[in-house]
Amino acid sequence: MLKISNVETFYGKIQALRSVDLDVNDGEIVSLIGSNGAGKSTLLMTISGVNKAKRGNIVFNGKSIENQAPHKIVDMGICQVPEGRRIFSRLTVEENLRLGAHANEKGKYFENDIKEVYDLFPVLSDRKTQRGGTLSGGEQQMLAIGRALMSKPKVLLLDEPSLGIAPKLVNQIFVSIKNINKEKNVTIFLVEQNAKKALELADRAYVLVNGKVTIKGPGQELLKNKDIQAAYLEGGSKN
Amino acid sequence: MEKKDIIQSFKDSLFTGLIALALFGPIVGLRTASKGEGLFITTQWGLVFLLVGLCILGRFLINLNSARKTEITFFSKLTSKFSAITEDKAKHFAITAILFAAVFPFLPFTDRYFMDVAIMILTYIMLGWGLNIVVGLAGLLDLGYVAFYAVGAYSYALIATTFGWSFWICLPLAGLFAAFFGILLGFPVLRLRGDYLAIVTLGFGEIIRIILINWYEVTNGPDGITGIPRPSFFGLPFKRSPDEGETSFHLFFNLEYSTMHRIIFLYYLILVLALITNYFTLKIRKLPVGRAWEALREDEIACKSLGVNPTNTKLTAFAIGAMFGGFAGSFFATRQAFISPESFTFIESAIIVAIVVLGGMGSQTGVVLASIFLIGITEMFRDLEQYRMIAFGGAMVLIMVFKPKGILANRKPTILMHGDKK
Repeated sequence: MLKISNVETFYGKIQALRSVDLDVNDGEIVSLIGSNGAGKSTLLMTISGVNKAKRGNIVFNGKSIENQAPHKIVDMGICQVPEGRRIFSRLTVEENLRLGAHANEKGKYFENDIKEVYDLFPVLSDRKTQRGGTLSGGEQQMLAIGRALMSKPKVLLLDEPSLGIAPKLVNQIFVSIKNINKEKNVTIFLVEQNAKKALELADRAYVLVNGKVTIKGPGQELLKNKDIQAAYLEGGSKN
Repeated sequence: MEKKDIIQSFKDSLFTGLIALALFGPIVGLRTASKGEGLFITTQWGLVFLLVGLCILGRFLINLNSARKTEITFFSKLTSKFSAITEDKAKHFAITAILFAAVFPFLPFTDRYFMDVAIMILTYIMLGWGLNIVVGLAGLLDLGYVAFYAVGAYSYALIATTFGWSFWICLPLAGLFAAFFGILLGFPVLRLRGDYLAIVTLGFGEIIRIILINWYEVTNGPDGITGIPRPSFFGLPFKRSPDEGETSFHLFFNLEYSTMHRIIFLYYLILVLALITNYFTLKIRKLPVGRAWEALREDEIACKSLGVNPTNTKLTAFAIGAMFGGFAGSFFATRQAFISPESFTFIESAIIVAIVVLGGMGSQTGVVLASIFLIGITEMFRDLEQYRMIAFGGAMVLIMVFKPKGILANRKPTILMHGDKK
């Protein structure tokens, strides 16, 4: 459903992505792992249109979407949960969620969508009048995911949902991600530094090194891969 | 409180005194007086020492206050009184203020001077509310807001003097023109943020003023535009002896002729215009576009990732903010009956920004309080002539010391849950 071929992205003269080929099929959870600066977030930003691809194609459901305006890409059904959550801290939880449905706040299913997010993350319902900035890291991450779900995406792009969050909450968030995939039938493209968790969750996974995809395969298979174990699993990540 | 702290704050106060001496010495201490054939310098060191002494004492008291944080002192009492004015109470304040504003022209002590000051304060409140949309809600620091005020005033003046249309036709046209200029400014600054945006908007304000001075054929240059028609009360002019075939206001209502009629009408006109601005802002905050403004102020990248179109969002903020500036400008033109580029200098922009910032960014009631405080104080001290701006500066310093985030710093959520009201 999402097919990325030969994508190259630059920051000025610095090349961040080198001919990246990657695809995500309908209903899958696909993980992308890699170290700091490998280009993981750049790839997500390129898919969602915030960064522009200099070369290559991104095709979503048969339509070419590279270099479209970000809001048009969201309208097509790709929504990103940005790295570091980026909650609107002075706005309340409910206002944050409403912004997620910015395109169709008056839409027919709006009230129901908000209820679904509260069902998924009951803690948000308790805090709906609280300001986003007063939530804990984990709660903010839930809010960021909930906010993205409000746009009714077909594909959810998650950028490091485990970043800066208590280990207990990390598990909870990964369970929620699985639920979103299975129950709401949302395709997930997950970018993570926490390689073990990301690979356990994934149907398929890719490894990005210096802007290039070096290894790909089913998540379980990659967990057993010697190179990946050496580079990303032993000592590298503590969970 | 330890002895060390006292010595420390004493030293600090003395240092403050030195700075005050350096400033007040030449400004207040030396005066030129003309005697016979020439200027002579006279001195007034007594006043200088009084001012310096006040600065030292004030600084010392502030230091003492910040040193004993736990104890309740005079200053913390004062500040807690200020912080008691929360947005909840602000609602009661708003209702009282509107009622007071409605009966103000008929109070026994209200004279022509009070009315003029009130009209001026209301004009600034309206401008503050207009700018609040751009600065407070959308977070775009606009230092050239006076440009839209000028565009509104000149559009009104030119349309009214050229075509002779009535105030009620010219007002929306002037607003539209200003909104168009808002978009014109918006396009080139879409990619700018923070300081850079502030500099470009500042430049824009100056460009408009310089065009007004130099485009002699249209704007009449520095001489300005005279004979701008006064507004009429739904077709009834405020004239002692109306033209042939016209009925004037006092004849229609069978009243004794008085110039106050027009002043009172102008007062209600600006009151209604300002309240419309406020009502509009409060309503639009609850709509998706208003919420998008606030989100954009918080985080532009998050907005993009959620499908908010930042281009449209910013342009609507600029256009709508400018439109209200244009309305206020039309009012200014019709009230003064004369406008020139002199009225639209940078200091006007600075005062409006000061009102928004000191009021507490995004707070509607804060704008009212800050306008009354800043404009009222400069008016009250009009008799002090050149020391007026010291009072203005002093007022700003006081607000920044006691309420560093503005008089009303709390943002009120746009959605309140049923039964969740505290």
